[in-house]
Amino acid sequence: MSEAVFVGLPRRLVKLTIDGREFEVAEGSTILDACRRMQIDTPTLCQLDNLTPVNVCRVCVVEVEGSRVLVPACSRKVEAGMKVQTDSDRVRHSRRLVLELLASSVDMSLCSPQVHAWMGRYGATPSRFGDQVATAAQPVKIDNDLYVRDYSRCILCYKCVEACGVDAQNTFAIGVVGRGFDAHISTEFDTPLPDSACVYCGNCIGVCPTGALMFKSEHEMRAAGTWDESRQKVTETVCPYCGVGCMLELHVQDNSIVKVTSPLDHSVTSGHLCVKGRFGFEFVQRREAKR
Amino acid sequence: MDIRTTGGPATAEEMAAVDGLLGEPESLWEGGERRASDDHLAYGGRATRSRRHLLLPVLHAIQDRSGWVSRGALEYACRRLSIPPAEAYGVVSFYARFGLQPRGALSLHVCDDIACKCSGAEELCAALENAHGPSGVVWHRSPCLGLCDRAPAALVERAGMQHKDRQIAPFTLAQAESILGGGAWPEPATYSMPRQAQPKLLRRIGAVDPESLESYRLHGGFTALGRAEVIGSDAVIREITESRLLGRGGAAFPTGRKWESVAKAAARPHYLVCNADESEPGTFKDRVLMENDPFAIVEGMAIAALATGCEKGFLYVRTEYPLARRRIENAIAQARAQGILKLEIEVRRGAGAYICGEETALFNSIEGKRGEPRNKPPFPVDVGLFGKPTLVNNVETLLNVVDIVVEGGASFAATGTKDSTGTRLFCASGHVTRPGIYEVAMGTPLRALLDTAGARKVQAVLLGGAAGSFLTPDQIDVPLSFEGTRAIGATLGSGAVLVFDDTADMKQVLLRIARFFRDESCGQCVPCRVGTKRQEEILERMLGGRDGDGRSDVLLLSDIAQAMRDASICGLGQTAANAIASGLTQLKVLNV
Repeated sequence: MSEAVFVGLPRRLVKLTIDGREFEVAEGSTILDACRRMQIDTPTLCQLDNLTPVNVCRVCVVEVEGSRVLVPACSRKVEAGMKVQTDSDRVRHSRRLVLELLASSVDMSLCSPQVHAWMGRYGATPSRFGDQVATAAQPVKIDNDLYVRDYSRCILCYKCVEACGVDAQNTFAIGVVGRGFDAHISTEFDTPLPDSACVYCGNCIGVCPTGALMFKSEHEMRAAGTWDESRQKVTETVCPYCGVGCMLELHVQDNSIVKVTSPLDHSVTSGHLCVKGRFGFEFVQRREAKR
Repeated sequence: MDIRTTGGPATAEEMAAVDGLLGEPESLWEGGERRASDDHLAYGGRATRSRRHLLLPVLHAIQDRSGWVSRGALEYACRRLSIPPAEAYGVVSFYARFGLQPRGALSLHVCDDIACKCSGAEELCAALENAHGPSGVVWHRSPCLGLCDRAPAALVERAGMQHKDRQIAPFTLAQAESILGGGAWPEPATYSMPRQAQPKLLRRIGAVDPESLESYRLHGGFTALGRAEVIGSDAVIREITESRLLGRGGAAFPTGRKWESVAKAAARPHYLVCNADESEPGTFKDRVLMENDPFAIVEGMAIAALATGCEKGFLYVRTEYPLARRRIENAIAQARAQGILKLEIEVRRGAGAYICGEETALFNSIEGKRGEPRNKPPFPVDVGLFGKPTLVNNVETLLNVVDIVVEGGASFAATGTKDSTGTRLFCASGHVTRPGIYEVAMGTPLRALLDTAGARKVQAVLLGGAAGSFLTPDQIDVPLSFEGTRAIGATLGSGAVLVFDDTADMKQVLLRIARFFRDESCGQCVPCRVGTKRQEEILERMLGGRDGDGRSDVLLLSDIAQAMRDASICGLGQTAANAIASGLTQLKVLNV
């Protein structure tokens, strides 16, 4: 007879009100979890299901009755009797300002269409701060053959630092450096990646929401004007290298692999890969004639 | 951890500075010599990692020895404490006082903040700029050094085997030239308290010898601790609750309620933190207390720890207060040696970050991390320093505690108003003839305080420091109590009372405040990181008279202000627009 397996204590249901509708979710859920269950589209930038919430972007803020300030939906746990508003004037104002402030300081053009839709929904007009404002504009860092870092697109969501650290890779090659508006992501003393602790797992690329971190292949194709997602096919396969069984999504354009990802909700990878799965695809497409 | 270092070795001096604090490394794994056994056996990792909270003390040791933190030294510290270099680099670069570029042993920090501006700091800085080049090489502009009572102020530091640092105020150009030329440093002036009738909290200032436990005893010292030991934890908390004491750090949280929560918290150990990171521009009360009555603060901490079951205490003091730090360290050592103080108290130095006065940022700083505030809840009473229940109290709060335990909560509550009990310390500076600390009963009109301090032709008063707000001359009858100031949309804040007469250039004051918040924002959350920058830029262009349309800029500022107030993680961002907003709307600084 097999032994009993502990499946954890049963989770109680907590009743709360969101936008006037009563709803029940399991205790320990966040307000964001509840909003998603209720099909309330909530903007997020620094939140990702496979990372610990850092609640720094503040675009998911909601109004909770009794709270002096707005609270981040991504990390605030639900409480019984909580009354939440996700579309009040205060909420809309803060979400709009967060998007405006970000877009006025960094290049958000490569963010997902969803982010652009949020900008439209909240009426974000980044240009209203004027054209003489400070930005994060700087040259792209290209110091290795696998990926590039374009920090003029970085919104400082901390995701890459988390993925490089305890949330996935435990390599700690990068950190948040400096303070205030000058804060940025960097290796120690801005060392080029080949001299840093980086192991090229590319998990930072996998979590980056703005295209600041990008496969070099994608970067070069974009520069040449040949990158065209409408002509790309995504093929699912299993990584051929070791026995772990990581699922790969091969993004193929013109019969060449241009990018490799893994689904966030995959039970083996949680979206994370190693250098071989992420970048070790060249052997598939070596086309020069055998000697 | 396998730490990859590429910056070359640390110098023998730098290694000695680190080892002086941590002891000799025991193995290769901790940064020592390779031994035969190290090839086959890894050990000591857990012990090494458990010391990561010593990163700031180690960085101070390096900086105190060589004047800056070199790459080799930082990487040696990383190996000794098992910290990834990228993370440690993030920490060093966070704190303004650590240098990452080579510089000379001597460094001179000149305050150019609001109070010092009223006493000619700008002219002083301009002269230094002329003679020694821009700030950042030989001399450095600094935010408020907490010497506003004797403005203008400076802090001078010399790295080396015998590290020396000293605050100098009032500071003159002649002194600057002499110090930069290698001359002797002027002795710090002793604090002379402005005359005032029957001070209570301040009664020992000037009377007691701050370096002698015996002298403190002769002034009734340690009777409160003795009584606390007799009546026990519950009774002490009852007295504090009955006193209706509200925290004096700025947030005005009921002290009794906080103590009760920590005392009842199930998780162990409990930590006590005395927040002495006083960095609010125009505030210097905690410095005066620590410099002149340090034993009372130690006694207050001992009582707090006893009442709430704290196993260990930390006192976090800003690095700009060297004399206060030495006096407190001396007081702790004497009280420990005499067996009066059973609590272990560690004094930690800040490193030039206003944000570390925010309690959760302060925890991260003690833990050896970037001083980024944490999201609340969970609150410190449940999850604080090292993730444990933590009691955080301001210096002035703890001083009040000592009196409450002796005289009883009810008697304490007889002074002041119904909702604001006791007396409160205010730091008068700027355009007043008698700057200094004033102790007044809560509810006293601000006008009375201004009259005593010698304010004339008042144009504006900044109450509560940069995080506070401006009052106009017709508002100075406001009673100095939590509820009285709240009624007119102001705050007592840290107790700073900065007075500006009709000669003050309020535009420059507003701009300095905007620059202060841009400099001191930690950069974690978007509303504050970008908001403080945009606020400064917009104010600059309005003052420059560009773009003509001031009204749309005012609207823009108020939009940013609301988002910062509503959506920032911590109190810094939430208050970063207050003073500027009140300057524009109340004082009509720009006539818009």
